[in-house]
Amino acid sequence: MASIDRLGPELILLIFAGIIILADLVVPRWRSGLVAASLLGVAGSIVWSVTLVARDMRGGAFDGALVVDDFSLFFSFLFAGIAALVILASIEYVDRFVRHQAEYYALILASTAGMMLLAATTDLIAIFIALELTGVCLYILVAFLKDVRSSEAGLKYLLLGALSTAVTLYGMAFLFGLSGSTNLTDIANVVAQANDDTRAALVMAMVLLAAGLGFKMAVVPFQMWVPDVYEGAPTPITAYLSVGSKAAGFAVVMRIFMEALDARFISGDWANMFAGIAAVSMTVGNLIALTQTNIKRMLGYSSIAQAGNFLVGLAAISAADGELALGASGVLFFLAAYAFTNLGAFIAIIAISNRTGSDEIGDYAGMSRRAPLLALGLTLCLVSLTGIPPTAGFIAKVYIFNAAVQSDLVWLVIVGVLNSVVSVYYYLRVVLQMYLEAPVSEERIAAGPALGLAMAIASAGVLFIGILPFPLLEAAEAAAQVFG
Amino acid sequence: MEVQLGHYLTVGVLLFSIGLYLALAKRNVVGILMGIELMFNAVSLTLIAFSRFVESPQPIAGHVFVVFVITVAAAEAAVALALAMVVYRNRGTIDIDQINLLRW
Repeated sequence: MASIDRLGPELILLIFAGIIILADLVVPRWRSGLVAASLLGVAGSIVWSVTLVARDMRGGAFDGALVVDDFSLFFSFLFAGIAALVILASIEYVDRFVRHQAEYYALILASTAGMMLLAATTDLIAIFIALELTGVCLYILVAFLKDVRSSEAGLKYLLLGALSTAVTLYGMAFLFGLSGSTNLTDIANVVAQANDDTRAALVMAMVLLAAGLGFKMAVVPFQMWVPDVYEGAPTPITAYLSVGSKAAGFAVVMRIFMEALDARFISGDWANMFAGIAAVSMTVGNLIALTQTNIKRMLGYSSIAQAGNFLVGLAAISAADGELALGASGVLFFLAAYAFTNLGAFIAIIAISNRTGSDEIGDYAGMSRRAPLLALGLTLCLVSLTGIPPTAGFIAKVYIFNAAVQSDLVWLVIVGVLNSVVSVYYYLRVVLQMYLEAPVSEERIAAGPALGLAMAIASAGVLFIGILPFPLLEAAEAAAQVFG
Repeated sequence: MEVQLGHYLTVGVLLFSIGLYLALAKRNVVGILMGIELMFNAVSLTLIAFSRFVESPQPIAGHVFVVFVITVAAAEAAVALALAMVVYRNRGTIDIDQINLLRW
């Protein structure tokens, strides 16, 4: 039974997803019940994860297909938190749907389970299934509005997602061919003994995997879908994609690359590859973000630039000698800080656009007078995205750039800092717009209780991590020890 | 001439490349999906060939993998065709060049 116990957090989410869909057939249109059930599912998942920690149930399950360790637990809590905030942020938005509200919440729970599995699975077959469980749920959620824009975004996301899955699979097929096993530990043993004959095939598998998973992480040159999908998708789903899907992408990349491809003679290659992608992602994302007029598209490009920042940590993982954990824990810390920050920004955007019906940055003029608290929260999050103290984003950037310096990646840090300076312009342009321009209308905007609560949690998280980063730092370092 | 691992892998690479070309060059959504299907099939062929020729501690892992690939690809195709239907109802076309409302 230990195996089933270790699958508990994901299983609870999937069970509640099923319950929600079935309950909707029995009791149609019971809106508050749907929300309560989905939040209950997330809470149950968190309680189970806490139990796993409390009883120290770390270890493998299902014949090595799944593992519960500090890394997977870190992501279990992160994804559960993200799901809870996204559900809170969705309530008001989803109330406008005439039909299929139950499916909306059920799909969020199912995709959260998929993301948790992505961080916890240690077998190529299981990883592939987790990848698709997350992906297929998200394709449907992106197209959920079924209007012109949303369906176009969903179709584009699906076509590119399926393409990237095929590429990932091809890489997995070669890893399997080299090792004769789908288990990451077995693959690591084979890779450790690889010689120059097998090196070419190994590099090819590595590049295919990075290309396919680069889509999930949304890094250049696999970022084409990001702005379109972010603009067309329902805004709560955009928020979910920008933090959840991205974090899941990084989780699975760390799991595969740091567990299976960790051997010295190949890790240098992928560290260099990630360093290059990091520099290009930061630069391209920031430069295009400068020209955007739609705030969702702007945050889309900003998320590409932020993915570049995370990749700095991945590049620093292997370049360091003896300091292995610093880059990895930097990525984890940054992902958690970014989750609070970006969710906060999107929650403010949802609250504002629920009333104004517009995502244009021009329409945020004078928002400080129309919605003082929302404007303050949005400002806090944008300041954190820029990386200015006393926010979570500042600590995260300092930590990850410090890891890069220790790994002799000074050039990458210079690129990163220059890019941070560029990003000040487009993030703070929104703040200036809100505080200095005259409002387009005098109508007051107030967030509903659920959105207000979500905003308060996200803002508190941003400030708390910014001022007292140590609890999260310790958790991130413990999680990174798994690969030490 | 005996058929060796290399032959299967070559066919796999060819299939994968043709699929990738179709996925990138076709304008019709259904054509793109067919290209992606071809890529999945190339992966399946490669996996089966490896599990036949490579000595393995888990002899049937490759076969199991292929069964999952086929199943998941079918699920994905179902969602893809549903989305293509929604787009067609909204726009009256599934030509990817004309589905261009979102662009920078």
